[in-house]
Amino acid sequence: MTVTVLLFASYADALGKSSMQLEVAPGSTVRDILSTLSALPGGHRLPPRPLVAINEDYASIGTELRGGEEVAVIPPVAGG
Amino acid sequence: MRVALVDRPIDVGTLISEASDPSCGACVMFLGTVRDTNEGRPVTGIEYSAYRGMAEREMAAIANEAEERFGVSRLVIEHRLGSLTLGDVSVAVVAAHAHRAPALDANRYVIEELKHRVPIWKLELYTDGTRAWVGAGSGIAGGDSGMDDAVGPPHISVIGKTEVAP
Repeated sequence: MTVTVLLFASYADALGKSSMQLEVAPGSTVRDILSTLSALPGGHRLPPRPLVAINEDYASIGTELRGGEEVAVIPPVAGG
Repeated sequence: MRVALVDRPIDVGTLISEASDPSCGACVMFLGTVRDTNEGRPVTGIEYSAYRGMAEREMAAIANEAEERFGVSRLVIEHRLGSLTLGDVSVAVVAAHAHRAPALDANRYVIEELKHRVPIWKLELYTDGTRAWVGAGSGIAGGDSGMDDAVGPPHISVIGKTEVAP
């Protein structure tokens, strides 16, 4: 199954892209996605536990994915 | 209640008119503006970006919370995105209520929550030509949320904090 990963700000700079499609095994969790990202070029620059949102809602690291989700990895926010 | 991310200058007068109402004896506006220094470094401007859909949803959630907590009947939040220069208004919060205390409290609540929860980022531009993401720390790995199994952003009780200025 496939999920769309979105990266922003410093995390997009670290991985050199702002979105990607990831093929993941059924039963995969947010933790697995982060693990896959950290193994990509530049991925070591991501923190071990960044904030993540699934379909625009903040999610926990153990959340299981069903496929088709938009998984956003969210750097420290700085609005205002 | 209205929240919006905008790609044009924020029109302060329009927002005040929008929030004002004869039933409200108090109308409080907070403006965040681009400052010329940050942590001792001279700043020439800021580029704001966002996860737009989620940012507007979070702004709406914060506005609803403020309405429930403080009973403000009129609330408008606009946050600007794109390239801003010194003195530009980056964010405006207007809260109106029959009385001043709830209007002041609601306004403070909204701006503090916005700064902690809404996925918006600042790329600061400095006079020496360099740039840096605000909040990313010295190395971006410094941005670890410490998230374990908790759902949601690292939530901090913000009412009573002393820092307000963006």
